[in-house]
Amino acid sequence: MSGRLTRRLGRGLVRGLPLLWLVLFFLVPFVVTLKISFSSPATAQPPYLPVIDWQGGLEGWSEFLQALDFQNYHMIAGDALYRDAALSSLGYAALATAILALIGTPTAYAMARASARWQPILVALVIVPFWTSFLIRIYAWIAVLKPEGLLNGALLKLGLIAGPLPLLDSSVGVLIGLTYAYLPFMVLPLYAVMSRLDPALLEAAADLGAGRARAFATVTLPLALPGLAAGALLCFIPMVGEFIIPDLLGGSDTLMLGRVLWSEFFSNRDWPLASAVAVLLLILIVVPVVLFREAELRREEAAEGRGR
Amino acid sequence: MHAPTPLPAAPLLRIERITKRFAAHTAVDGVSLDLAQGEIVCLLGPSGCGKSTLLRLVAGFEAPDAGTIRLDGADLTALPPHRRPVNMMFQSYALFPHMRVAANIGYGLKGLGLSRREAAERVAGLVKLVRLEGFEARKPDTLSGGQRQRVALARALAREPKILLLDEPLGALDRTLREETQGELRAIQRRLGTSFVVVTHDPEEAMALADRIGVMERGRLVQIGPARDLYERPASRFVAGLLGDVNLIEGRLGPAEPGGLRTVETALGPIRASGEGAAGAAVVVAVRPERLSLGAAAGLPGTLVEATFLGDRIRSRIAMADGSVLRASAALPAPGPVPAVGAAVTVAIPPDSARILPA
Repeated sequence: MSGRLTRRLGRGLVRGLPLLWLVLFFLVPFVVTLKISFSSPATAQPPYLPVIDWQGGLEGWSEFLQALDFQNYHMIAGDALYRDAALSSLGYAALATAILALIGTPTAYAMARASARWQPILVALVIVPFWTSFLIRIYAWIAVLKPEGLLNGALLKLGLIAGPLPLLDSSVGVLIGLTYAYLPFMVLPLYAVMSRLDPALLEAAADLGAGRARAFATVTLPLALPGLAAGALLCFIPMVGEFIIPDLLGGSDTLMLGRVLWSEFFSNRDWPLASAVAVLLLILIVVPVVLFREAELRREEAAEGRGR
Repeated sequence: MHAPTPLPAAPLLRIERITKRFAAHTAVDGVSLDLAQGEIVCLLGPSGCGKSTLLRLVAGFEAPDAGTIRLDGADLTALPPHRRPVNMMFQSYALFPHMRVAANIGYGLKGLGLSRREAAERVAGLVKLVRLEGFEARKPDTLSGGQRQRVALARALAREPKILLLDEPLGALDRTLREETQGELRAIQRRLGTSFVVVTHDPEEAMALADRIGVMERGRLVQIGPARDLYERPASRFVAGLLGDVNLIEGRLGPAEPGGLRTVETALGPIRASGEGAAGAAVVVAVRPERLSLGAAAGLPGTLVEATFLGDRIRSRIAMADGSVLRASAALPAPGPVPAVGAAVTVAIPPDSARILPA
């Protein structure tokens, strides 16, 4: 009797704690953001209207609700800047994800095929950059990418270029920064899947006449797709809203939602508009992810149904 | 320069003094082995004896430290696995989990220069051969163990290899299925005429499948021959014990005699047996339990301590005068009355069934 009760309590805790965490640190802030996004800016503390008048009772509530409106969303919909920033953010994130997949897949494959002694060392090397602050690492790239920086200097010395390339303050700089910063998030899930592949499968492919390239394309890659999908999501989602990299490495014309959000919030002190941008950013990211998961689940179910 | 003498009826596969070391451990130690066209050779031995490594050397997954592997006279030793005209059936089957049965079976057909239709026909033929009609569109994880085993076999046969290498092909199947599948495997092999090299740790499986059994012990091929030769004339205690139950009686070998039989002085008295060795050498006499005859007029005295009825035979244990125990097995119906436990019996060892082996 008491054993069952403890078990139920334990199960409740195990399920409840993450739920509590999500409610406290995700749902509540989101509701607050959503609320602010429906209000209007004001020169006040906090800088938006309306604020609930708790003393006003029911009347205060209805006043509060009446003052909420969609004007910020109307404004975002009417201004091409936000649309362009959203499209450009998605474009940067998609392009960087593609580059990451192209670099990350062979990297993870090489790690997975390395000897058992080397593999933990290689994994540690992938993780080591996290020991330094993200901000500092992106700052360091300024020194690499600037016109008189390390990369341009090396290319000039080698005589490969006539004058310094505009790497910093450009979309190229942003892509380099995104690729650099998110590579571990692409490599690690891919490695996790690839290192667990049965080596006998590759031997079987070789035994059946497949060279390394065909074995990779027909066996390793299809079986590593779940890792690739996980890596792509892990990279794509935060890259869409990335602020530091476009701010430090991008040019004044680099348009990304994270930057727009930042300037609305801090330069214009328009919290309601910034909140509306944040809500849209979330929808922009969450909706495709949910659709993707749905499609994935449906495909799996269909495969099961056919198989059995 | 001499022209090399052409060997009559050259073997299909010739493995010559092949050695493979892993760090300090010698997995395969100077093994030589010939395989004839259409022959099934089973490599038998306990785990770690090097039999699987030998198979992987032939497949090309391991590179030998010394020795050569020739197929039809051509040196295979330096060829990568995907260029060798041999195929392997893996112990785990190693079926591609993301491909359907037909795609698994047809995987090896790419690059053979077959048209799409020819390839499809070949796959259909193999599906029929292994009786998997109707399962072509299934994924491996929806098949039973026996069905997976047959997919693996069909996939390995698709390229029509000159030699099929089978690593514990029936190891993952339960007992009844295994016996049934042994027969099927032999039937398919006879139909196709493909040479098989089978690795197994199960002596019964080796005897059921093989034309010749090669026994491996610690990286060496210690004896090779038809099952019956190995069973009746084992070269060592290890081989004798591996292939079935055996009585081993220690003794000292007497002088050479005309006629081939020798006398071994043992604690049970002199025993006549066949075999060779230097006079005075420490030896063992190996006798299979079913070769001992109980109740003969002339024999070694002992006491029956246990008799177990096993349907087709009676297995008994006899305590001998020196305290050792011999095991006997008599086919039923027995020629005479079965002695009762505790009775005094005589045990006769027929000289031509007793083998002298190095101690």
